[in-house]
Amino acid sequence: MNGLPLLSIAILLPIIGSVLLLLVPNRDGSKDGLVRNLTLAISLVTFGVTLMLWAGFDPSAGAPAFQFVERHAWIPAFGIDYYVGIDGLSLMLLVLTGFLTPLALLTSWESVEKHVKEFSIFMLVLEASMLGVFSALDIFLFYIFWDFVLIPMYFLIGIWGYDQRIYAAVKFILYTMAGSVLMLVAIIGLSWVHQSVTGEYSFDLLKLYELQIPAGTQYWMFLAFTLAFIIKVPLFPFHTWLPDAHVQAPTPGSVILAGVMLKMGGYGLIRFAFPLFPEAALYFAPLLATLSVIAIVYGALVAMVQPDMKKLVAYSSVSHMGFVVLGIAAFNMQGLQGASYQMLAHGVSTGGLFCIVGMLSDRRHTRQISEFGGLKTVMPRLTAVMLILTLSSIGLPGMNGFIGEFLIMLGAFKWDPRFVVVAALGVILSAVYMLWLFQRVFYGKITNSHNADLKDLSFREWAIIGPLAAVSIGMGVVPNLFLKPMEPAIQRLVDRVQAHQPLVVEKPAATSAIVAEVAR
Amino acid sequence: MLALIPLLPFAGFLVNATMGRRLPKAVTGGLASAVMVLSFLLAVMQVWSLAAMPPESRQINQTLFTWITAGDFSLDLALRLDALSAVMILVITGIGSLIHIYSTAYMHEETDEAFGRFFSYLNLFCFFMLMLVLGSNVLVMFVGWEGVGLCSYLLIGFYYEKKSASDAAKKAFVVNRIGDFAFLLATLLLVVTFNSLDFTTIALAAKEMPVEVTFGTISLITLLMFIGATGKSAQIPLYVWLPDAMEGPTPVSALIHAATMVTAGVYMIGRNAVLFEHAPITLQIVAVVGAATALLAGTIGLVQNDIKRVLAYSTVSQLGYMFLAMGMGAFGAGIFHLMTHAFFKACLFLGSGAVIHALHGEQDIRKMGGLKKHIPITYWTFVIAAVAIAGVPGLAGFFSKDEILFETFLHGHQILWGVGVLTSLLTATYMFRLVHLTFHGEERFGAAAAHGHDAHGHAHQPHPSHLHDAPAPMAFALIVLAIGSVLAGYVGVPHALGGHNNLGAWLEPAFQATNCGQPVTTGELAGIALEDCLPGEEAGAEDHAALELSLMAVSSLVAFAGIGLATLLWLKRKDIPAQMATQFSGVHQLLLNKYYVDEVYDAIIVQPIKVVSQEGLWRGFDVKIVDGAVNGAGYFVSGVSIILRLLQNGSVKTYAAAIFAGAVTILAYYFWR
Repeated sequence: MNGLPLLSIAILLPIIGSVLLLLVPNRDGSKDGLVRNLTLAISLVTFGVTLMLWAGFDPSAGAPAFQFVERHAWIPAFGIDYYVGIDGLSLMLLVLTGFLTPLALLTSWESVEKHVKEFSIFMLVLEASMLGVFSALDIFLFYIFWDFVLIPMYFLIGIWGYDQRIYAAVKFILYTMAGSVLMLVAIIGLSWVHQSVTGEYSFDLLKLYELQIPAGTQYWMFLAFTLAFIIKVPLFPFHTWLPDAHVQAPTPGSVILAGVMLKMGGYGLIRFAFPLFPEAALYFAPLLATLSVIAIVYGALVAMVQPDMKKLVAYSSVSHMGFVVLGIAAFNMQGLQGASYQMLAHGVSTGGLFCIVGMLSDRRHTRQISEFGGLKTVMPRLTAVMLILTLSSIGLPGMNGFIGEFLIMLGAFKWDPRFVVVAALGVILSAVYMLWLFQRVFYGKITNSHNADLKDLSFREWAIIGPLAAVSIGMGVVPNLFLKPMEPAIQRLVDRVQAHQPLVVEKPAATSAIVAEVAR
Repeated sequence: MLALIPLLPFAGFLVNATMGRRLPKAVTGGLASAVMVLSFLLAVMQVWSLAAMPPESRQINQTLFTWITAGDFSLDLALRLDALSAVMILVITGIGSLIHIYSTAYMHEETDEAFGRFFSYLNLFCFFMLMLVLGSNVLVMFVGWEGVGLCSYLLIGFYYEKKSASDAAKKAFVVNRIGDFAFLLATLLLVVTFNSLDFTTIALAAKEMPVEVTFGTISLITLLMFIGATGKSAQIPLYVWLPDAMEGPTPVSALIHAATMVTAGVYMIGRNAVLFEHAPITLQIVAVVGAATALLAGTIGLVQNDIKRVLAYSTVSQLGYMFLAMGMGAFGAGIFHLMTHAFFKACLFLGSGAVIHALHGEQDIRKMGGLKKHIPITYWTFVIAAVAIAGVPGLAGFFSKDEILFETFLHGHQILWGVGVLTSLLTATYMFRLVHLTFHGEERFGAAAAHGHDAHGHAHQPHPSHLHDAPAPMAFALIVLAIGSVLAGYVGVPHALGGHNNLGAWLEPAFQATNCGQPVTTGELAGIALEDCLPGEEAGAEDHAALELSLMAVSSLVAFAGIGLATLLWLKRKDIPAQMATQFSGVHQLLLNKYYVDEVYDAIIVQPIKVVSQEGLWRGFDVKIVDGAVNGAGYFVSGVSIILRLLQNGSVKTYAAAIFAGAVTILAYYFWR
């Protein structure tokens, strides 16, 4: 394993694939089939590489923190390197990305009919940049990947989306750009702090971890980073881009958006915002937790009253991702393991829910819940799979959703039980909105004649949804398969952050300190 | 070995869920029943070897694998058989097998697809129920706890095309989730307090703690657990789902909503007996809620006209009895009643199923009557079970109910005892109202039965007026359960009647924290258990023999009085109930409409949440305020750029003018400074 730069191969494979696709002449769409097969093959090989990374990863506590490390100088004058490496947390998110991309591509085979080549190229570029986000150890490189993710997603929504795609795409990009611009300023600021302490610029994350950053600087930089991340999560009240983006995005876009992109926000908080600025993080943690429990209840309540099923699933993501932020805010072993696990679980189950919504929408060209009803009679197989994903989404014990939520609540309970009392309401509400959706769409008699002769799952659809349902159950039965590799990584992060005390901010004094800081 | 008991039904589920629709009914039904019978035999063998152990160390443990690890929290997927779970697995697999066999005939007119689906759900239910009682820690129990809730959901909504069925299914799940919310918080508190979720470890640790005279942590934990139990076991305030659950096929009502799942809350208190004993305040609440539920449900049961709903309210009421016992700390008595109730209530439900089957779906007792001579097997088994539940001496219900009432009186709760006796009167009355209206008197069914009434979702053929009694598989189950309804009480004959209360003695070690068999590995608790291994002394049973006998006399009289009252009102003088219904129409309507509890819940909880979410949160906050601000910012930027764009129009003259104006302004500034 040591010989091959597997990590770079994983990131580069989709890029090389998209270059290959450029060479396929397909102006008239006659080679759509070839393009689709080629793209799927590339994404499957990439998934294979992420699995090889998993197989080669040493999860023992004594193993090096970051493995498969590669480092090449890029812009030496500013200490910017191509510097990648993964710990257990990154590894799991890479595997998630590798797993979901081929499935998302498969969902496009019937729903995306125009500009198939361009679509495929964007999907592969998207995959490469997401893999980069989760592997970068140079914080500037991270930012490049982070922002690069936006571009293909912008086009995916804007070109292949539904009726109001332009509004949604612009809203999506403005929202997320607003966050990341501030983060860029903070990143440059960080390097500048490093220079002022050590005499040289550096964007090396592991070196930046060791910096003693003054309190006032931490305060502002933490806010700048965190804003970028919680917009991405998205955390209440920065969530309103998500329902629009989801509703307008084509199915594969929604799957990747919910399945992987939202996790970039959670990952950013865990990897960057908290360990880089531990004192500020601990100071702001109660605020984050407050927002997250609001998100849990609020997202669930708003999901409950949605007439559009895609929007319902989108708002349910707001609720579920609220759990993730709650676990991160607690920043102890259970909370953080739970948050990481919940990101994987949510990626699988919500990705699956979007696939199903897509399949229904492909057949009926509507996503209004009131248009459906009684589908169990005509589509028993799709109904069965939907039931599994529904149960996974509402956190039935023994399924993936439960493990994450339980650990998060346990971690948060050890930290501050008050948050958990509110968060646990999500357990009730998720059952309300998901089962109501299930009842309205699948139970009852068929009243709308358009539904009378819908086809059940095709072979291709089985290939998409079968693995997702199986993994939803498997993750609930043997969660340690996923928790164990992440444990050393999470332990190191917890130790790093919990070694600090929260900032003591006395309002007037703090302001003057910051002013002094800025003036200096 | 132990794991095979739940895994057998699970295997049955897998086969029927994946291939059930393509297999003939004989195979699906036969397989589902066979795995249950096998599981029952295995359970008997396991309990047999358990019984061979010395009483204080009766435990069989099996750890499957480490389930969840996160930091210092680690949890095994582990099973444990002890005296308490032994009783439960025998009830589940034994009565479960009978109900599976019964169902092969009862569900026979369903399509192959529905038939396979039904049996796959039923097997899955048994798997989860066995996990619930065999789990050696709270979280494995919780897997079973929510799993049975899921199966209950699926089976209540079995006739999913009916709106009322899918509504009832959703209601059951959501109401249960409200209870689970509390249960989950209790679980978290347990981890924080005891750093473990293993029942034995918790009990041993709790034993060393003082009994909480004032409300403390253990009181809070147990109270939250009890709230969980009110959901699953249909107690005030969360009982509202159970009557609606009768939308499911009748065997489901017998197995899930009478004999097994709804008793999970009672079992859970028994499983955590040591904790509850350390929380007298919670026990008090449990007792009062139990007694109140018993009475409330009994009064509603008195006026209902749907045969299954009467039985449903009766179940709620009897569960209240069990909680009354648990609240008295008489855990053995509660489990005893759980067991006897499983027999006679399953028999009653299956009997009602046979009636409905014979009448092609009719459930309204006002359209029955005189069925005695048409369906004798159903009649006699039904009457035996009714006598048993009424508390007539010599049958199962008498012994268990009496033990509860005696314990209540003995603990100085005369008022609760009075409530219990009153409920007992109600029980006997509404049961025999049901017997009389269904089986005695004039025949009122003609028209409905002849037309092949389809209210139940059955696809029966129209049938001549000749009524069929239960076919062989159904009759078999009914007869076995009727025998059980007579004999089940004899495992717990009280000392006052010269018995030995064998069941009580068998269960006793399970309610105390002993670890004689398995030394506890956690250091600080290691040495404390030795004196517990000595047999405890008999709690002076003889002293109270006289009291117990007189209380028995009272409740026997009450049982006969209830039966007599029912015979008078609904057989001899049928004008009296009608007259009372008009004279006290307010009360009658109140009872008929179940005290309007559903309506009140809807008005004060469900509707406000819907309206606030729709108009306040979504259309108000999300769309107007947050998005308004975002779009507003967007419009502001584009508005400003429209103005700025005017400046940049490419006309040299405009630029020249601007430069000139700028120069003048700067010069002016310098002059006037």
